[in-house]
Amino acid sequence: MAQASNYNLDQKFDFTAAVKKVIFFLGGLGALLLLIGIIAAAMGGHHEAGEEAGHAFHWSKRLFANLWINNVYFTGIAIIGVFFFAIQYAAQAGWSTALLRIMISFGNWLPIAAVLMLATFFIASHDLFHWTHSYIFDITDPQYDRIIDGKGNFFYWPMEKGSFPIFYILRMVLFFGFWIFFFNKLKNLSFEEDIKGGTSYWYTTRKWSAIFLVFFAVSSSVSAWDWVLSIDTHWFSTLFGWYVFASWFVAGLSAITLVTIFLKDQGYLEMVNQNHIHDLGKFVFAFSIFWTYIWFSQFLLIYYANIPEESVYFLERLSSDVYGPYIFVNIVLNFVLPFLVLMTRDAKRHNIFLKLVCTLIIFGHWVDFFLMVQPGTLGHNGGLGLMELGMLLVYGAAFAFVALSNLAKKPLIPKNHPMLEESYHHHI
Amino acid sequence: MERDKHFILGIFDDEDILLSAVREVRAAGVKIHEVFSPYPVHGLDEELGYTRSRLPIAAFLFGLLGTTLALTMQFYMMKFDWPMIIGGKDHAAFPDFIPVTFELTVLLAAFGMVGVFMISSNLKPWGQPRIFDLRSTDDKHVMAIDIASNGSVDLEQIKSALKASGATEVNSKSFE
Repeated sequence: MAQASNYNLDQKFDFTAAVKKVIFFLGGLGALLLLIGIIAAAMGGHHEAGEEAGHAFHWSKRLFANLWINNVYFTGIAIIGVFFFAIQYAAQAGWSTALLRIMISFGNWLPIAAVLMLATFFIASHDLFHWTHSYIFDITDPQYDRIIDGKGNFFYWPMEKGSFPIFYILRMVLFFGFWIFFFNKLKNLSFEEDIKGGTSYWYTTRKWSAIFLVFFAVSSSVSAWDWVLSIDTHWFSTLFGWYVFASWFVAGLSAITLVTIFLKDQGYLEMVNQNHIHDLGKFVFAFSIFWTYIWFSQFLLIYYANIPEESVYFLERLSSDVYGPYIFVNIVLNFVLPFLVLMTRDAKRHNIFLKLVCTLIIFGHWVDFFLMVQPGTLGHNGGLGLMELGMLLVYGAAFAFVALSNLAKKPLIPKNHPMLEESYHHHI
Repeated sequence: MERDKHFILGIFDDEDILLSAVREVRAAGVKIHEVFSPYPVHGLDEELGYTRSRLPIAAFLFGLLGTTLALTMQFYMMKFDWPMIIGGKDHAAFPDFIPVTFELTVLLAAFGMVGVFMISSNLKPWGQPRIFDLRSTDDKHVMAIDIASNGSVDLEQIKSALKASGATEVNSKSFE
């Protein structure tokens, strides 16, 4: 009789030299583009520098903004891997059992992301975050800003405003610390289950998943305010946390789908069939619409009410020569394309459509973060150029390397998972 | 077209037996008119050789109708029929139209889909649904075989094929 144990459940992913070569090539290409971009910016930047009286624009600022975009973006994809893993347990889902190892492997990026993000913050906080300048909080200074002063405690408590943002750093360390803790907990439980078996691991994992999900519900929102929303310090949006989460989630789901299809193409995951891939496609489709819903909800209310302190955010983007077109790229790549292409059942069951759409979505949501970060940090000096593409490729290649090399360490299928048989017989 | 009137019914207790029975009866060259079951039986569609439902196409077309209707209505009202300036926006302010467009699209797609389903499965108000065996709403699976469309197959052969494949009863049913 057909059953999951007919397959080689101890199969491991062989991270071959050929695959590594492709990743290194992409990373190298990215580094090259980045270098050309930096050189071009360093040579040509002087013409524009005169525009802003006294404030010369330095290319390093653009480099830091790029680092920040990708720090936030890939942290999101990594934590979404852990989040989606936890969701499967909390929802007691059986269909996804064969895909659990792929999801959890993304979390290996988290420690690296934490170091990168802290380092970038300490090096470039003045270039990225307007609120880090101490003169804003000095009432005698002509550049004193009453609004930011009112929000200052969110960053500086319990220290004096304008000094060291201890509360902000504490939150960053705390979120990464707990995320990494939960990731390790869930990962180790899953690996232990491989050796010892039994249903107790499933119950323990479900318990930890539930605790993680509660923590993530709060921390994902607050981290979005901290890392992205605080760039536009004056501006505010109550659903921004969800907006960032939705963007992360779609990108993460696309990445999970792409890795699954990649492994299938390489001949792994024999017990995964088109039904599982169809379900992943549904997730990408549904949450693309969810992202659009959130994006549009934010936009419509601000557009309709037209209150200056709110609508400035969209004016900065829509009426800008630099960013205006990318708003439409964002909507087309993240809504129109997945909506129209993935609507039919056949498209979700054929890998070629999913490969195309998921790749474009990963780029599309990067554009979303580009639009969140750059206008507030670089203004009209920003743009999508070689530096941006290069940095995206470097981060993408590094992320893929970390996730795949950790995926290769353990068997691809949690062979003692109590719902493995259900996953094998998944049929829609 | 004249509707089929005379049927042989195979009554089944168990869904696994039903599934294998469908396979065996079809293999014996008998065309199955329809299978009625109290709950969805997984894999029955495939065993019956049904192609995928075309209902999603109807849903898409009705949705498209809803989108068109909503946009036309709002553009006509806001731009031509009774132009008003609301919140300093242009008369035909496209983003404002999206919530209504979305709602009408969903509404028409849903209603259209339900309507098409009702009509195509003969549950329309003016239709007379044929009850083959009331127990198919309770605990029995009912396989209906149309005698007219199985003209070449002997009646006794159909009945014995049903018995052999595990039917607990084999009945006949005729409609007016």
